[in-house]
Amino acid sequence: MAVRPATEKRSRASSAPSRTQKSGKTSNPTVNYQVAEFDKDDEFKAYRDMLLIRRFEEKAGQLYGMGLIGGFCHLYIGQEAVVIGIQKALRTGEDQITTSYRDHGHMLACGMDPKGVMAELTGRRGGYSRGKGGSMHMFSREKQFFGGHGIVGAQVPIGAGLAFADKYRGTDNVSVVYFGDGAANQGQVYETFNMAQLWKLPVIFVIENNRYAMGTSVSRSSAQTDFAKRGESFNIPGEQVDGMDVRAVKAAADRAVEWARAGNGPYILEMQTYRYRGHSMSDPAKYRTKDEVQKMRDERDPIEQVRKRLVEKGWASEDDLKEIDKTVRAVVTEAADFASADAEPDPSELWTDILR
Amino acid sequence: MAIDILMPALSPTMEEGTLTKWLKKVGDTVKSGDVIAEIETDKATMEIEAVDEGKLLEILVADGTEGVKVNAVIARVGEEGETVAAKPEAGEAPKPAAQAAPAEKSQPMAQASSTVPAAPAVKAEADPDIPSGTQFESKTVREALREAMAEEMRRDGDVFLMGEEVAEYQGAYKISQGLLDEFGARRVIDTPITEHGFAGIGVGAAFAGLKPIVEFMTFNFAMQAIDQIINSAAKTLYMSGGQMGCPIVFRGPNGAAARVGAQHSQDYSAWYGMIPGLKVVMPYSAADAKGLLKAAIRDPNPVIFLENEVLYGHHFDVPKLDDYVLPIGKARIHKAGKDVTIVSFGMGMSYAIKAAEELAGLGIDAEVIDLRTIRPMDVETVVNSVKKTGRCVTVEEGWPQGSVGSELAYQIQANVFDYLDAPVGRVTGKDVPMPYAANLEKLALPTIGDVIEAVRAVTYR
Ligand SMILES: Cc1ncc(C[n+]2csc(CCOP(=O)(O)OP(=O)(O)O)c2C)c(N)n1
Ligand SMILES: [Mg+2]
Repeated sequence: MAVRPATEKRSRASSAPSRTQKSGKTSNPTVNYQVAEFDKDDEFKAYRDMLLIRRFEEKAGQLYGMGLIGGFCHLYIGQEAVVIGIQKALRTGEDQITTSYRDHGHMLACGMDPKGVMAELTGRRGGYSRGKGGSMHMFSREKQFFGGHGIVGAQVPIGAGLAFADKYRGTDNVSVVYFGDGAANQGQVYETFNMAQLWKLPVIFVIENNRYAMGTSVSRSSAQTDFAKRGESFNIPGEQVDGMDVRAVKAAADRAVEWARAGNGPYILEMQTYRYRGHSMSDPAKYRTKDEVQKMRDERDPIEQVRKRLVEKGWASEDDLKEIDKTVRAVVTEAADFASADAEPDPSELWTDILR
Repeated sequence: MAIDILMPALSPTMEEGTLTKWLKKVGDTVKSGDVIAEIETDKATMEIEAVDEGKLLEILVADGTEGVKVNAVIARVGEEGETVAAKPEAGEAPKPAAQAAPAEKSQPMAQASSTVPAAPAVKAEADPDIPSGTQFESKTVREALREAMAEEMRRDGDVFLMGEEVAEYQGAYKISQGLLDEFGARRVIDTPITEHGFAGIGVGAAFAGLKPIVEFMTFNFAMQAIDQIINSAAKTLYMSGGQMGCPIVFRGPNGAAARVGAQHSQDYSAWYGMIPGLKVVMPYSAADAKGLLKAAIRDPNPVIFLENEVLYGHHFDVPKLDDYVLPIGKARIHKAGKDVTIVSFGMGMSYAIKAAEELAGLGIDAEVIDLRTIRPMDVETVVNSVKKTGRCVTVEEGWPQGSVGSELAYQIQANVFDYLDAPVGRVTGKDVPMPYAANLEKLALPTIGDVIEAVRAVTYR
């Protein structure tokens, strides 16, 4: 099976509503369900990429349980379609990415090495930050991944600052900054919106609305729960997108990227998504019912949606899919083995990288 | 009587400027509000308006003159027919009569003494006596903090709790567990993730006389709010000449937890300890946590109450009293000793106490002082101890430069230099952001061994 890098080919946004949309989806009139056309390769790649994130996160959860990963560990399970759909619209290694502490999926999506990510989670010298950053703080210059930020909302102006640099240098790169529904209430987000629009910065604000900020549901924290409207008073265009369908994410990302790359300024995408696990490993998640989670998993799972299409269209047999699962598991196992066996940083690292 | 027009200051730092142009000439009549001249500094150009009415009698500084000193007389205005008064003698200060805009007519100041009065001494009260026969019960710091809040909320309807996840989630660290049930959503309030905003709302509510307890999920996130804490909460009593007060408590876990990395592991005791207008409390034991939090809630000033996540689950004996309130600003002698004084606070006490136990085995009898309050600092207790022991080691998890230990070392040398038999030793966290890797994190934090080593160094043993 040929797997193409995301930048090689551009899928066109289709204006026709998806076939799956009519069947069973909770239809919210403000949400954009338009999907990009995915051919066989696109579907395979999306499937494999999302599965890699899911298996990686499941493994991280295991390693946490074994005491190999410490501190806070925020899993991305359930939200995979968001980063995979967006990344497909980006030029990996040129467009910049910034996100919160829930960052493992974003790093895998932009092509960072699972071994290096997992080894950072275990705090080993082979990790992306040489063990000094941890789960929440990882970076890759090569992939233009600018972290990994532990302070809720702090990545938002930083992402706009990266876009500022693009504009300053006259490149046509864009900067994507991901943040949560909870983060969307921080003051610095609105300071950033204002400047981004005032200065027409090529930045795409992706609000990953997974319905909860820790134990607080959106309706308990937000006076305006339609996050696409959060840029309205700054005249920033915004869309609510079905963040569980990787094709819808891709279509929306195409529009946003085209807008920003052409010099029109910022764009807001509210991705309606869901996290299956607790906020972090220590969250019992009593603020929602098991049914709510199960319903999401059963009806909207982003990976399952692709799997179904692959099978229905006759593009993949169960055996093909098993084969993909096997290769993905092998990658994750290799990462976990590396991250468990790698040495801790040399003690002298305590004093390095404070200034240069 | 002719009135002097003086060269105005355009900014607080301006010392001189250029008189670019006169827009009136001698003999012209000027009314209040007339623009009479333009002046310029390196920063701005500004028009001078007349404040007084009359005839421009004399121009003393010509168009285009550079380097005109602020408050130099540049012209005189007077009555029709009045002649120019005698020029002031050289060296005579210009009369603070009429001045050009924007300065207002100023009255001569009542002369206040120009010597700086001494800062008033702060004298902390002693701990209240615990009546004999009082029972003690073992409680966690978490329970003690919760009880302190609940008791004060029962006692005073103006006390309320606000913060992220404090109500329905029962607290990110379960300090506020059960408070929503008992006090309802009016007084136990979940906020969005907007630290700067809700800290400011707390300050405003406190200005209005309510007594907010603002919980930060951790003090790392209070950095988002530090402007409201320092510029609004701490300074307003002073800026208002004593009219306004800000009875507010900012509380939450502070310092390193475990493996949470650089952005989530920071000790702010020295940061807040620097700010006049704040009180800063950092308890170690559950009894102190309870008694001091109750005092903080009753205190009419903004109090920073620094807790520690690692200590939340530790058990201590707490006196079974209806209303156990401790004085803010008073250190506690945790263990008496004669060979060396170890001063610490908060989590640092756990190293200090264990080190003292091990030191006893080496034949070194350490006195351990729990500072409990960082500001106002109980220097007296520390100094009296050092008089006895002649040696001191301070212990904290924060960074070394500008640390609480640095201040203690200063106070000790300033007050009891002659009693010192060795330089003051200081144990702190390493001067690095907190690393994530388990081995590096261990190296970054102070250890019992570090304390023992520092004590041996100052006792030359
Ligand atoms: C400034 C700040 N306040 C509070 C926290 C603690 N905290 C970490 S994640 C989080 C919830 C954020 O929710 P959301 O933005 O929706 O992102 P999600 O976790 O759902 O991805 C909170 C309150 C923090 N890290 N930084
Ligand atoms: Mg969220």
